[in-house]
Amino acid sequence: MITLQGVVKRFGSTTALDGIDLTVEAGEVHAFLGPNGAGKTTTLRILLGLLRADAGRASILGHDPWHDAVAIHRRLSYVPGDVSLWPGLSGGEVLELLGRLHGGVNPARRAELIELFDLDPRKRTRTYSKGNRQKVALVAALASDSDVYLLDEPTSGLDPIMEANFRACVHDLRAQGRTILLSSHILSEAEALCDRVSIIKDGRTVESGTLAELRHLTRTSVSARLHRVPAGLQEIPGVHDVTISDGEVQAQVENGAMPAFVSALAEAGVVELQSHPPTLEDLFLQHYART
Amino acid sequence: MSTTMTQAPTSRGAVGGNALTGTGDLLRFALRRDRVLLTVWVLGLAVMVASSVAATAGLYTSEAARIEASEAINSTAALVALYGKVYVPTSLGALSLIKLTAFGAAIVGIVFVFLIARHTRGEEESGRLELIAAGAVGRAAPLAAALLYASVGALTLGLLTTVGLLVTGLDAPGSVAFGLSWAVSALVFSAATAVAAQLTVSRRVTIGLGLVAVGVAYVLRAVGDLAEGDPGWLSWLSPIGWSQQIRPFAGDRWWVAAISLAAVVVLVPIAFTLRAHRDLGSGLLPDRPGPAVGRIHGITGLAWRLQRGPLIAWTAAVVVMGFVLGSIAQNVSGLLDTEEMREFITMLGGEQALVSAFIAAEVSIFGIMVAGYGISALFRLRQEESSGRLDLLLSTSTHRLRWAWAHAAIALLGVAMLLLLGGAAIALGHLMASGGEDPAVPELVGAAAAHLPAAWVMSGIVILLFGWLPRAMPAAWALFAAFIVLGEFGQLWQLPTWVLDISPCAHSPLLPGQEFTWGPMAALTTVAALLTILGMAGWRRRDVQS
Repeated sequence: MITLQGVVKRFGSTTALDGIDLTVEAGEVHAFLGPNGAGKTTTLRILLGLLRADAGRASILGHDPWHDAVAIHRRLSYVPGDVSLWPGLSGGEVLELLGRLHGGVNPARRAELIELFDLDPRKRTRTYSKGNRQKVALVAALASDSDVYLLDEPTSGLDPIMEANFRACVHDLRAQGRTILLSSHILSEAEALCDRVSIIKDGRTVESGTLAELRHLTRTSVSARLHRVPAGLQEIPGVHDVTISDGEVQAQVENGAMPAFVSALAEAGVVELQSHPPTLEDLFLQHYART
Repeated sequence: MSTTMTQAPTSRGAVGGNALTGTGDLLRFALRRDRVLLTVWVLGLAVMVASSVAATAGLYTSEAARIEASEAINSTAALVALYGKVYVPTSLGALSLIKLTAFGAAIVGIVFVFLIARHTRGEEESGRLELIAAGAVGRAAPLAAALLYASVGALTLGLLTTVGLLVTGLDAPGSVAFGLSWAVSALVFSAATAVAAQLTVSRRVTIGLGLVAVGVAYVLRAVGDLAEGDPGWLSWLSPIGWSQQIRPFAGDRWWVAAISLAAVVVLVPIAFTLRAHRDLGSGLLPDRPGPAVGRIHGITGLAWRLQRGPLIAWTAAVVVMGFVLGSIAQNVSGLLDTEEMREFITMLGGEQALVSAFIAAEVSIFGIMVAGYGISALFRLRQEESSGRLDLLLSTSTHRLRWAWAHAAIALLGVAMLLLLGGAAIALGHLMASGGEDPAVPELVGAAAAHLPAAWVMSGIVILLFGWLPRAMPAAWALFAAFIVLGEFGQLWQLPTWVLDISPCAHSPLLPGQEFTWGPMAALTTVAALLTILGMAGWRRRDVQS
């Protein structure tokens, strides 16, 4: 559905994208993670045909995003990260305009969404808050019947209730088999919504796969209270950062080392055992905390 | 409220300050931001004054030559309406600065309208002021800083202009009086813009209101100055008239500057009062709710919706100004009070030819003004792009060229419509005032149309910049200003013909009067078309840049 292969984009002397790879399959919700300035928005703008890639191949819905922009956009919806609207137009006017330009929307669906997101369509957009401007773009995108949705940090201005409504909408879209590429730095959101994840850093993809696959690559943190303190835990290959105090053991364990580690604990007599699978945050920090 | 609450802040420093807290910092920040912009404008204007005087001085070495030139100006209505009169015919300063007294005060006014709108409503509209207002800054401080900034600019302009004139060897009192006349014009229009900024919510409308003020002031004094002898009362209603009536090098009437300063003293408290009675980001009038379901159906509809306000305002301005200027054209003969002058004029082609020349000059000013409209309308392209709104539009099934053409078409057709309406309005004004004398309406509409190709070339330059160097688009205004200066002063500075010919306006025939040939029209139209097509080709292949 969406493919990027070695895409490079330079702005003057700065390299925004340095050979990025990305594959999004049809019908999947794909999280596109990275901190500010990693190149998420640049990637989305290339997929929209707003920017032309300097090198590499990009394809979306089987077309080249630069050459076939208009054809692609009939089947695509986009929510920008920083929504800027025409100050003198009312929210309703903007929604009608964007719907028409997209090629028509279902007015009943739009009315439902306006209700759901608690938007006053009669207000001029200059009086809207950041969250309300974002809602306009969200309603316009969700009301359209698209195959692909590109969402750039779509919840950054929303309150928790609206965020929950947005998540419900994404679940609906996934149930209908739509493809969604969601850029975010809110990891809980990606964890809750997404089938697969790509993490980018300095314009390059550093990790990509399902959450389960990614977790497999990382360590699980284990803490246990034991009858007696076993010796030699540190020596088990794949066990790191062992701390022992007052009969309590904490360690970071690679997935492959888990059987050996757990049996060593069992020998020592387990009183209490807790294991935390790595969160997306751990994955993320693992890539970014290391210099 | 309990007493403990009210007396709370003590040891960690009182929550002190008043409405003006932070003004000094904001002023320094404004000057820091505009250090290049302001320096270029102020130096540019001062150099323009000095070089004009230097160029003219050599032309009128004898007193007789000066009197002859001054009388020629004073008896030509077109020149009096445009520039005013030379009040002391023997004065070299008054004669050589005639083009820069009223006209110059208007240019100064326009520059300060832009500067002050940028520092008041522009900051507020962009949301940057909110960031500043959240700091330890009094509510009135940003406006106070903007007005102080205007004062610093006006003073510097006045001083540098004075110095420039002294360098050319003119006498000191006149030089100071001229510098003062420009400084007070800057102050009055800054104060007026500060008031306008409180009324509307957009920088564009603020600039529009400021420019209307300059335009009205200019026309009022144009009509007032056409009276015989001393200027009529209309000139005394005009801030440009006040600057002009200081009469530098022709009496140096300092007291007239007090009128301008009095106007500032009235306007500034109005601006502060209006500011104190509204919220940050709002205008004086509350926003009316809009329709819940819109009726803008396509990209052309959106372009029209965004462009129609300014176009309607321009249409009204052009029609009213045209009508007023047209109706004073026949007063030309009233200025020819000497028998010799009448004979001289008859020899040149009669009074009729003089009326025609006056109207031709008016039409050519319209040509330049309307070209300015084209530039400002095309700047919408860049504003839509840099604001990020274009991203949203182009993510729909809108082709980028279709979007650009929608705005370009409105700008190009708008320029044509304004010129034709302006020509018709001048003709109607003249027709009603004179009771059916030539030139007739169709002839003047044609005369205005002759300025269309040059205006389109200006539009084409903007489109070319948009397509290839979008960040350099403001250079189009500088180029436009340079073309106007070339047209006004090029011959005076004895620049070679090829330099004068760079300006597209130099190739527009002054009709009625001059001979009309199709050659330059066709050439200019071709150039305009090429620039436009090239610009669109650049836009087709470049990134969308915010």
